[in-house]
Amino acid sequence: MNRALPVLTVLAGIIVLWYAAAVWMNATWVYDQAERAGTTVTLAEVIPQTMVQDRPLLPPPHQVGAEVWKGLFGQAVTSKRSLVYHAYITFKGTMMGFGLGIVFGVALAMAIVRFRVVDMSVMPWAVISQTIPIVALAPMIIVVSSQMGLTGRDLPKAIIAAYLSFFPVLVSMVKGLRSPDQMQLDLLKTYGAGEWATFLKLRLPASMPYFFASLKVAVAASLVGTIVGELPTGAIEGLGARMLIGSQFGEPLIMWAALFASAILAGLLIVAVGLVERFARARMGVPA
Amino acid sequence: MKDTLNPQPPVIEAQGLQLVFQTADGPVQALKDVNLVINRGDFVSFIGPSGCGKTTFLRAIAALEHPTGGTLTVNGMTPDEARRKRAYGYVFQAAGLYPWRTISGNIRLPLEIMGFSKAEQDSRVARVLDLVELSGFGKKFPWQLSGGMQQRASIARALAFDADILLMDEPFGALDEIVRDRLNEEVLKLWARTGKTIGFVTHSIPEAVYLSTKIVVMSPRPGRITDVIDSPLPKERPLDIRDSREFIEIAHRVREGLRAGHLDD
Repeated sequence: MNRALPVLTVLAGIIVLWYAAAVWMNATWVYDQAERAGTTVTLAEVIPQTMVQDRPLLPPPHQVGAEVWKGLFGQAVTSKRSLVYHAYITFKGTMMGFGLGIVFGVALAMAIVRFRVVDMSVMPWAVISQTIPIVALAPMIIVVSSQMGLTGRDLPKAIIAAYLSFFPVLVSMVKGLRSPDQMQLDLLKTYGAGEWATFLKLRLPASMPYFFASLKVAVAASLVGTIVGELPTGAIEGLGARMLIGSQFGEPLIMWAALFASAILAGLLIVAVGLVERFARARMGVPA
Repeated sequence: MKDTLNPQPPVIEAQGLQLVFQTADGPVQALKDVNLVINRGDFVSFIGPSGCGKTTFLRAIAALEHPTGGTLTVNGMTPDEARRKRAYGYVFQAAGLYPWRTISGNIRLPLEIMGFSKAEQDSRVARVLDLVELSGFGKKFPWQLSGGMQQRASIARALAFDADILLMDEPFGALDEIVRDRLNEEVLKLWARTGKTIGFVTHSIPEAVYLSTKIVVMSPRPGRITDVIDSPLPKERPLDIRDSREFIEIAHRVREGLRAGHLDD
């Protein structure tokens, strides 16, 4: 309860501001309608009308909530109109990109920590890679991968997601694999431990807290990457495609519902990663 | 007479040992012309101010540093060869237990690396836990133990693979005096029971005198040996031996040796 109260307070504040903004933004349409009809409306008449428009500039929270509810539970989850269906497509892409990003990030971190040459040659490029806007890169990745004969959007989407998610893993793992101090390395030396034993017994376990800290960032980045990968060139499935459709067809409710669905998905993913982390920490003897 | 009939080779022998570190400020002479013989079963303390090379010498024995001149042999071999023969266990100032391993798991670490069988690992862990009086704590994680218990666990870890030589680098330096007294007593008991050769770095005069059969007094810039004292104290040493006249005389000589080292500056 002590933790929920501040969060709920902020939530209440956001909802109040949101309603105020919805009234303010949607009122323009109501006044225009009245002017065209040659009538006048009072403020008391305007406010209810800002709450129920089909295509509001800013849908009020209850409309978004109703749309999300309808999207989640209004039809079979296999329907093309179901947010569950689209969220699942996005979830699948996110997980593929997440897995790919972890593998790539960890492998690169291992190489960087092991070989000074890789550290000096590759690390700067890894940093530069993150300065390129993914929105510009995503269509290129999709075009190139279809040129290479890769059908379907799963793989290019996963690559875009991995492009964003490998970086936090890489940076954390480099730090984590280098975290053992000289004394711990000397200790293993006195046992005559080789490089591989040092990696398995010391560097890898020592890097785990860093790894799990990076996973939360990486999974969120992977979701963003997947959604961006669903935007360009006529995708019809996934939350990203849903947002684009809503925006192109002037259906703000669809857009907002997809936005909230992705927020919910992000929340669930982060909670799931948190649970995995807690389990791993318990296994590694960290005091609860 | 026994010695002449059956001469035991020294465990550690240093002759004209030199060690120079190349630093950004130019070369630093960490050890200069160090000559020392340590025999089987000796308890040798190295004492001196910081920078006198006592830790460097211990690290050179363990092949963690490499001398730039002179000779150094461990069991008649080079330090590197001796390491491969598992000649020594090393105890650092910090216990350095892995927080993600239990106490048993930590003691098992060198055994895993050296490829002991699972059953052998279990029996050895149980034996050394008993030796440092930590039986029953094997399943605990390091954070659940006090600092003194953690250091005992790290000694058990160094003992697990039956090295003849135990090298300890200020192992109790970070502990309070009451805990340190107890651990000193325990180390003596351990030494008596196992007959190991122990090299022990310290900056505490009472600790050095209480523990050692041989006290090596060192001084800095350049790191060198100024005095080697063979202790006349009996092997059996209750804590109150520290009030005896002999004890105080040795402590006095150590203090003189340390002071003499500084006069040269």
